[in-house]
Formats: sequence, structure tokens, C-alpha cells
Amino acid sequence: MASILRFRKLCIVEPEKCSSMSYESYTNKVSERPKVKKNKRQQTKDWKCIDNCCWIIGYICTCWWLLLFLFNYLSANLPGLIRVAEPPGARLKREGLTALHPVVLVPGMVTGGLELWEGKPCSEGLFRKRLWGGGFTELFKRPLCWLEHLSLDNETGLDPPGIRVRAIPGLAGADYFAPGYFVWAILIENLAKIGYEGKNMHMAAYDWRLSFQNTEMRDQALSTLKSKIELMYLTNGQKKVVVVPHSMGVIYFLHFLKWVEAPPPMGGGGGSDWCSKHIKAVMNIGPAFLGVPKVVGNLFSAENKDVAFLRAMVPGLLDSKTLGFQTLEHAMRVCRTWDSVISLLPKGGETIWGNLDWSPEEGHVCDSLKKRKLQASLSSNKGNDNDSRMVFQVKEQTKYGRMISFGKAASELPSPQLSTLVSKGSSFGTASISCGKVWTEYDKMSHEKIIRVAENKAFTAKTLIDLLRLVAPKLMQRAEAQFSHGIAENLDDPKYDHYKYWSNSLETKLPNASDMEIYCMYGAGIPTERSYVYKLSPSDRCKSIPFQIDSSADGSSSSGCLKGGVYFTDGDETVPVLSAGFMCAKGWKGKTRFNPSGIATFIREYQHKPPTSLPSLLEGRALESSVHVDIMGNVALIEDVLRVAAGASGAELGRDRIHSDIMRMSERIDIRL
Amino acid sequence: MSFLRRRKAPENKKAPHPEPEPDVDDDDDDDEKKKNELKIKEKIPKKSEKRVKWSCVDNCCWFVGCVCTVWWGLLFLYNAMPASIPQFITEAITGPWPDPPGVKLQKEGLKAKHPVVFVPGIVTGGLELWEGHQCAEGLFRKRLWGGTFGEVYKRPLCWVEHMSMNNETGLDPPGIRVRPVHGLVAADYFIPGYFVWAVLIANLARIGYEEKTMYMAAYDWRLSFQNTEVRDQTLSRIKSNIELMVASNGGKKAVVVPHSMGVLYFLHFMKWVEAPAPMGGGGGPDWCAKHIKAVMNIGGPFLGVPKAVSGLFSSEARDIAVARAMAPGSLDKDLFHIQALQYLMKMTRTWDSTMSMIPKGGDAIWGGLDWSPEESYLSSKKRKQRTNATEVSGEDEDGSMESKATSINYGRLISFGKDMAQVNSAEIKRIDFRDAVKGSNVASNTCRDVWTEYQDMGIGGIKAVAEYKVYTAGELIDLLNFVAPKMMTRGSAHFSYGIADNLDDPEYAHYKYWSNPLETKLPYAPEMEIYSMYGVGIPTERAYVYRQAPSSECYIPFEIDTSAEEDDEDKCLKDGVFTVDGDETVPALSAGYMCAKAWRGKTRFNPSGIKTYVREYDHAPPSNLLLEGRGTQSGAHVDVMGNFALIEDVIRVAAGATGEELGGDRVYSDIFEWSEKINLPL
Repeated sequence: MASILRFRKLCIVEPEKCSSMSYESYTNKVSERPKVKKNKRQQTKDWKCIDNCCWIIGYICTCWWLLLFLFNYLSANLPGLIRVAEPPGARLKREGLTALHPVVLVPGMVTGGLELWEGKPCSEGLFRKRLWGGGFTELFKRPLCWLEHLSLDNETGLDPPGIRVRAIPGLAGADYFAPGYFVWAILIENLAKIGYEGKNMHMAAYDWRLSFQNTEMRDQALSTLKSKIELMYLTNGQKKVVVVPHSMGVIYFLHFLKWVEAPPPMGGGGGSDWCSKHIKAVMNIGPAFLGVPKVVGNLFSAENKDVAFLRAMVPGLLDSKTLGFQTLEHAMRVCRTWDSVISLLPKGGETIWGNLDWSPEEGHVCDSLKKRKLQASLSSNKGNDNDSRMVFQVKEQTKYGRMISFGKAASELPSPQLSTLVSKGSSFGTASISCGKVWTEYDKMSHEKIIRVAENKAFTAKTLIDLLRLVAPKLMQRAEAQFSHGIAENLDDPKYDHYKYWSNSLETKLPNASDMEIYCMYGAGIPTERSYVYKLSPSDRCKSIPFQIDSSADGSSSSGCLKGGVYFTDGDETVPVLSAGFMCAKGWKGKTRFNPSGIATFIREYQHKPPTSLPSLLEGRALESSVHVDIMGNVALIEDVLRVAAGASGAELGRDRIHSDIMRMSERIDIRL
Repeated sequence: MSFLRRRKAPENKKAPHPEPEPDVDDDDDDDEKKKNELKIKEKIPKKSEKRVKWSCVDNCCWFVGCVCTVWWGLLFLYNAMPASIPQFITEAITGPWPDPPGVKLQKEGLKAKHPVVFVPGIVTGGLELWEGHQCAEGLFRKRLWGGTFGEVYKRPLCWVEHMSMNNETGLDPPGIRVRPVHGLVAADYFIPGYFVWAVLIANLARIGYEEKTMYMAAYDWRLSFQNTEVRDQTLSRIKSNIELMVASNGGKKAVVVPHSMGVLYFLHFMKWVEAPAPMGGGGGPDWCAKHIKAVMNIGGPFLGVPKAVSGLFSSEARDIAVARAMAPGSLDKDLFHIQALQYLMKMTRTWDSTMSMIPKGGDAIWGGLDWSPEESYLSSKKRKQRTNATEVSGEDEDGSMESKATSINYGRLISFGKDMAQVNSAEIKRIDFRDAVKGSNVASNTCRDVWTEYQDMGIGGIKAVAEYKVYTAGELIDLLNFVAPKMMTRGSAHFSYGIADNLDDPEYAHYKYWSNPLETKLPYAPEMEIYSMYGVGIPTERAYVYRQAPSSECYIPFEIDTSAEEDDEDKCLKDGVFTVDGDETVPALSAGYMCAKAWRGKTRFNPSGIKTYVREYDHAPPSNLLLEGRGTQSGAHVDVMGNFALIEDVIRVAAGATGEELGGDRVYSDIFEWSEKINLPL
């Protein structure tokens, strides 16, 4: 509209201007004009499409710059206009908190940056540039090269020959994942407000693709961490260290705790009192103690709910060869060389995750609306609330225990109607067709085999491991030398000295450190993937993954937990509450066989609140979010970490802070303690 | 442009078929003339109407659009271009590139063996903000020093405030925490595109080095060495890291590569680590022998840098003096309400570390009024001629030496007036400045918040300084004590500039002597090796001719006399600066003397007879565009780290070679000759 107006005005004003000059000059011009006329005509003809394009681009650019300038100018000069909430660090500083205990941050999977130290010719010019994290520009520029360099060797789980990709050390390794997407940055900034700096804050960066023991073999990452903690302990007046691991970092640090006290050839030789001497508290954020069901979907068919949803929206985008690039297959191939993924498989089998007919979370109501109704009804007739809840549970039990079921029906039927036969020991058919470059282990499976897998209908956490052994034998063979997923019968059995048990909280004892504190801090209130409904892929041709999530399976039952082929439960969008909270809620509470010295445990849950208004945004992510990664910007969590770092104990924080049903779920789990 | 437009409009009026347009919403057609014009306007045909709209704004937009499009096009082409094309083109022009030393040595079969520790020098290490005042909002963990220096332009005063230290303690001012960047990124590039350690790191990576076997010992280079331990525990950190690397690499000792001031810092570290616990690191007397294979000092100012004197005295170096001569007034005047030099001086004088580089050893090393070790030095051009000449007739050499010996008095580090720099010492009449009364400056409040200690001196003090005419290295310390008493009291608690008579005197156990090689013994580590690697062949500042600045109120009262120029070409006075052989910053004497003489064999400074090697790299200007245009044979102070010969030496030693295997000494300058002239009991 504005531009049209301007056109008009110009049409009028222009000639005016010209003729308002003296007439003599005007006539002069006219007499002169014919000379140039011809020339002029030609020029005007050229002023067409290209010029218009240029004009538009210029117009847009100018406007953009102007806005940018105004924005920069205004935001610098009008801080009062946008009221930014005071960061917790500044508030606590005024309360008088100062840096006391050194802090160690242990990043999780995926969030740590990786850089190239040696590569193939295709990676020319990327020396010490970020391959993982940062802008990911290379992913678009040379995708195959990128994938090649991020893969590990399929046999050893270590570097392929001629390629060295290493973790980026220091705080810069994981403060931001991509520009503008914070991971640790907010926490670091708040810690700095009360006096932390490089000398008393350490980021324990490690190559998160490797199995935990291999980070020590290849990079001496565990030794480095040990030496750093000892150094900080000494140089900060013998103050013990507060460790803040996140996500997979939690089990990595669990591994470290065992490693550091184990004798030298396999362990760090720190002696049996190393932990009690050096560590004040372990504040696990979003801990994946008992594994993450999401990983199952990832390993099995390289997809999760987002991918499945995308596939449902745009069928063919991911499957077909239209892009000449089989995204999922490539992703699967690369992921399966990363041993660390296996560390996140659900642990504890059917005891923890439930069997065909039972699961600890049953009775969970997903729909928030219904939940509110239920709560209302509960509070209205408190007298007989027990009965009413029972009724509810009986009515709508979601069978979470069936981690993978083929077909929606199989996920709902009572167990006697299922053929629970597990086809163990059946031999591999030979790969029917040679499948070119993309290599997933599915290519080695015969078609009948695949169908037989699907006929099994339902898999629990225990049979799931068998299933993975069947579909990805190499991966599991490699990984099972590094990780274990069971529950120990007798923890004093000498076999549990092996490092493969160290990262499984159900097969290790906590160190003997009665002064230490363990916190489980995680988000709740977000639907989190818990089990999947699968189907066979329509095309069973070569080079494709034969299974996919059945995104058409939607919940008919009133609990509404099934959506797009995925059953949801309470959690932080990645880790279910059960996995994050069980150890602190029950497995380690008091003196148990897993926690012989009675280390105090505290559960701190943070209820998810979506961003309400602009000022509460933190780079577009809410101040009170409790999503797996965003929770590191959660004000309440930051305050807890700061208080503990400044010397507070769990009792001073207010002990447990629970929003979910974790206590009730834990009660239902029948495990010897 | 506007002319074009003006012409276009009339053309429209003459256009053939008129088409009336009901454009009545636009007003003021009361005037006749305007009505006429309206009529003219109405005659405009629709087609040409489009053309009319190209007014000034549109033309601008069009222009911007064109530029943007072209720019994007080029950018796209540049990005789409295979990375090998620029190399291909330059290779076509200049011939094939030499293999970088890392690749060459990898082909020879060299592999990473000893862990490598880098110790960056002054200025080259990055500093980042951890806590700041209001004005530094949004700069948390952003680089204040190094990087793009964007903040210097955006908020200069804020920047100066945050970069300064406390004037009394030499530590952080209240409410400000600026800390060194950690890791290899701390000093690989100083600013984008200006490498420091990056080339060396890249070449080491070729033979298998990576983060776990390389360590950048970043420290806050503004602090005095002992204060880095007091505030940041940096020395403990280095000790712990070296121990860790040695342990996790199967007990292979570390090769340490310090650069510039890092050389002194590491000297301090070696004494610190073996000293007993409260003041030192408590590593025991064999720590160095157990953990260090070799110390490969690059461009080490063991005996100080004359440049540091002018920096402290009048906050200028040759470059600034030349700039002042070119554009007089731009630096002195209040033109921008920024007294750049004064602020600079105020800031740098709070940095204790600059005092570690004041020339050490006094007259014994740097020369007295009438002699200096380098007095026979000729500028490189002449030297070549001379060597040619001596090839022809060897006997002439003595004669020519004598004739030169009288010419330059390098020993006079600062002289007021060109004459004073040259006349015989007997003719100089000096009035001692030390007792001069400092007059209080009446107009000191006019200087606003810029405060340098010169404002306390008053006219009397300034005059007294100028009256003394000539200063040697020994008297220079007194001069600095006189003009900047606060700074020097702070500094002398951390550094010492003398020569020890008796090294066993318990007073030398104090940390202030640890960074002075003339007042400490090397650690007991007979298997260790010490290399002195530095560039030569570049004129390097050695002595200055000063004059009083014309306006001596708020300003720095002294400045380099850029008019002092030598008419004779082979004399080394230019723009008020006497130059000598070196790497543009450190004279060869300072970098080489310790390894060439004072530590050679078993001396009192080197009781265990640690082997020393002098490796010089003759400067050659860049012949191609390799290495960001800074040459692969450069000998300049920082650029020498891209020198292929030096990199090869470092890699060979890191892969296990000894100094003998490298070929022992490699000397281009007259360093041995000069060292002989220095009379120091060893």
C-alpha cells in the first residue's frame, strides 16, 4: 500500500521538480535532448525485470538493515522496555552466596562438541573445526564426508584408520550446542555471578561416541578428570567437588566413580576413599540411570516420534530415493558404530520396565485435561478416593511393558492371546541382494527372518535385548563387552569388578562415602516416549529398514497415551520419570545393597511450564521449562545447583521435591534391596 | 544519477499519446504554473509512468540491490569453488609449494612421542571477561583481548577500565574479573587470520599430536608471575598438567616450547616447582629432571627487551613514533577527546608483567657509556658487503672493525638529543636527577581522569630527567624509579634486574629472582636440553634518542625524537631509534647470550651442565602467499613460529631427537663474538 502511494506521489512531484527550474534551462535541455534520446530509449528498455529485482532486493536489504540498526540501538538504550527477569545467580549473590566448592560439569550425549584432528582428503581445511556442534555447515556441504568422519570403526568401536575426531575440551565444548541453543551456558553464567571462573569450574568433556572405558583407553579422559578434580580440590583450599552431570554424563560419572577406586590396570587406583575425600555431591540432571526407551526406537529403526510423525506428514520423503540420499539408513549406520548408545538401553529387564501384562507406570493418565478432571474428582470425594482410582486403573491400563509391539492390537491384548514365542537360534538367511554402499545389518537378514521377528508381536525390556542381538549382532557383540543391562543377584560376586558393569546402577555398589550426597534432578510433566507400536515397512526392497513405527496407531482408550504409534508416559520428553528417579527414590534410599554406606539421596523434580510470555523467554526457551536439555535453564534447578555449590546440603534445600508419581511407581517395582 | 533523472522527466512529457489520469487526490493545483505542470503530467503515458518512479530512493535501492546481488553471487562462487583452486593458481605462479614440515616429517616416519607444552608470551594470549561493571553488559565470556578487538572501538573507556589492573596491588580491581582463555584456542590465533601457535599446532598434529599430548599453558600475562599462582593457581595447574601428560604417555618427558615472555615465565616455573611448598610448588629437587626433556625457547628475552623501556617510559615504540612524525597531532591532541597514548600508558603501567622485560644485568650486559657488546654491529646490508670484502682480503677485517667501534654507543639506552648519543662520554655534563624535587603540578585537575604518574612529577622533575642527558641500562632502573615510583615499588617486589654475586646467598630463594637468569641457577637436570631459537636479520630497537615533548602539561613529557636520523647510511640510527640485529623485538644479544655463553657447559648459573643450543633463523621476507602472507622463512618475533625450519626443529625434538641430532648450533649473527665481550664471572 505504502509503495503504491509513493509511486503516485513520485509521478506528480517528479515533473514538478524538473520544471520548477527556470524555463531557459528547461528549453535548453529540450533542445539538447534529441541527441541523447536514442541512447536513452535503449537504456530504458533495459530497466525492466532485472532492475526491478535489484530494486526489490535493495529495498528489502535497506529495510532489514534499518530494522536491525533500530533493534540494536533500542535494545541497548531501552533496557527498561523489556523487563528481563533477574537471573538466579544475581539474586543469590545478593543473599551472600559465594563460590565455595569447585564445580565439575559432565556433559551428556550429543551435546558435546567434536572437532577434527586428522581426516581424509575430503575434509581438507577442517583441521580443528567443529564437526559436531556449532553450525553443522559441513553436514550440508559434504554430507557423506561428514558421516564418514563421525563414524567409528564397526569392529573395534574406536577410530577408523586415518581419522581422528576428538572432543573439544574446556567450557566451550558444551556451553552452546549450536549458536543460540544453550546447553550449559546459562548455568555457567549464573555460577560465574557468585564468583566461579575457570580455576574452580571444569567441563569434563569426553568423546561421547565411545564406550566409557574406551574414552580412557584412547584419550585418557578418565585420568584427566581424576587429575583435574584432585587439582581443584587442592588449589581451592581442600574443598570437595560438586559434580553436575547431565543425561548420559550421569552414567559416565557413575562409571568414573567405580573406575577411580578400582586398582590400576583397569581402574584409576585412587584407593577406596577417593570419592569420600574428593566429592561433596553428585547433582544428576535428567539422569538416565535405567536407560531410555527412545534409544530402542533409534537403534531398531533409526526413528523416534518426531521422525515417525514427519514420515506420516510427508510420506516418501524419508524413504524414497528422491533425494538420492537415504537419510535414515545413513543415520542408522553411523549411530550403530557408537558404542555409547548401548549404554542407554533400558536396564533391569522386566523387573523394572514391566512385562507383557504389568508395568510400574500403569494407571498413568496422559491427557492433561483428564488428569485435571481426575484430580478434581479425587479431591472432591477424598473419603473413597482409593476406590475411584482403582476403578480408573482397571479400566484403562496401558501395557507399557511391551516396549515394542507389532500392530496396535498386539499392544493391547491380554498376554495369553499373544504368541510369545521368541525365535531364538534361528539361523541367518544369506543376504539376498548385494546392497551397495549403505550398509545396515538389516541387509544381512533374510526376508523370512524379518517376518518372523514381526510375528513375535510383543517384546519386553528383556526380550528386546534378544531382539537387538538378532537384528544387529555385530553392534551388540561389540557393545556387550562394554555394557551390561541386568540386575545383580549378588553384588559381591568378583565378576562385578569388570568395567562393563560400572555404568549400570543395578549391578554396582555406590562408593563408600557416607558424607556424599546424590541428587536426582529432572523434569516431569511432559509426555515421554515409553513404548512403540511397529509395523513392517511397505517396501521390503534392498537398502531399507524393514521396520517402522506405525504412526497410524492412535489411542482409542480414554487414557490417550498412544499417539502416532508411540505410548507416552511422564518424563522430561526424553527420559521417563521411572528411569530418572527410581534409584534415588528407592534403589539407593537409605542403606541398601546398592548403597552400602547409606549415601543420602534427594529427588528434585521440576514441573514443566511452557513459556507464558515474552520476558520469560530464554533464547526462546522458557525459564521454567523442564525439557531434557532446556531444564538447564530452569531457574529453580539453577538455584539448587548454586546453593549446593555454595555449601548447602540437601536438607537445607528442602529434601525431596516431587510432582510425579515416582514414589508410587517405585513401590510397585519388586526388587531386593 | 540526479542528472539522469532530470533528463528523463522531460522526455516523458514529450511522450506521444496522452492519457488523462484522474489524479485529483493530490492537492494544491491553485497556481497556474502548477496547473500547467499537472497537464504535462497528465500527458504521461502509462508505460513511461513506470519509468518516472525511479526517483532517488529507488535508485539507491536499485544500487544497493545490485551490490548485494553481485556480492552474494561472488560469495556463492567463492564457496562453491573447490578449496584447491587458490593453491592451484599460486602454484602456477610461484611454483610448487614446499611440503609443510609436518607432512614431510610424517613421511620420514616421525611419530608423536613426547608430550608438548606451549607457553605463550605477553600480548598473544586471549583474555575473557568473567565479571565486569555495568558498561560491559553482555560480554560475559567474550574475549576482551585477542579475537576481533571489537569492543575497543565500541566502548574504548570501558575496555581500558576492564583491562587495567589495580594500581596498588597489581591484581583485579574490585568488581572486575578478566581471566585467560584456556586450551589451545587461547593463543592459536591472536586475531582472526593472524596466527601465533596455529601453524605449529597443525604441523604437530600431522605426526599424531592431539589435545591429550599438547597443552597450552595459558596464563594471565598482565600479572606478575608469582601472582598468577596466587590468584589463579596457574603454576599449580601447569605442574599438574605436565605430571598428568607424562604419566598418561608412558613416562615420556615433556618438551616445553615457550615463546617470548613465556620463556621467563617458564624459567620462573622451573624454580617455583622445585621450591618448598609455601612459596613454591613442592615438587622436590628432581622434578624438572623427571618431567622435562627439553625447553625450546622461541625468541626468548632472557635479558630483557629495550622496547619495554620506551613502552614504560613514554608508551611508544618505533611504530608509534613514526606515526607521530607522519601525522603530528593525531596522537597528542585532544582531537577526539581521547588521549590515546595516555590511556594506553595508564593501562600498561598497571601490568606488572611488562616489568619482567626491563633490561637485566645492567651495564655489564648492555654496555656502559662508552662501550657495548654489539658496537661492531653493521646493518645487514653493510655486513654482506663486508663479508664479501673480507673474502677478498682477510687482513682488512681488523681495520674496519676498529673504525666502526667508535661509532655507536648502544650502551646509552636513552639519550636526550642526538648529540648526546654520540659525543664522547667525557664531554657529557650530567646533573643528577635523583635528588631533584618533584614540583607539584598546579594544573593537574585539568587532566581529567587520565592519570599517569608524570602528573606528580611537575616541571622540576621533568627537567631534571632531561638534564641527566644519558642513561645506561643500570641507570635506567633509577630513572624508572624516579618517574614511576608506584609502578616500580610494585614491580621490584616481583622482579629483579641485577646480577648475582653469590648464587648461594639465601636471599636468592625469593621468588622475585626466579625469572632473572642472571640471579638463579638452572635446576639440577643434566639430561635436560635448553634451546634458544630466535630470528635474526631484522633491525631491532636497542637504544633511543629522546626529547622533551613540546607541551608538557597533561601529556607524557617525553617522546622519541624522530628527527634524529643518521646521514651516514651504515649507522643504525633511524627515527630516533638505534637498531641492532634481532627479530624486530628482542635483540639477538638478549635472546642468545645465556645459551651462547652463560649456560654453556658447567657454569655457576648452570651447575649441572645442562646442554644448550643456539638455533638462529635468518629472516627472509615472504616470497609467496603461503601462511597468510607472512612467509615460511620469517625471522620476526611472532612470525618465526611459522618458520618451517623452526617448526621442523621442534617436531624433531618432540619426536625424540636430541640437540646433537639437530646439528648443534646454527648461527648467523655475531652472537658468540658479542658474548665474548661481556665480562661476567661464570
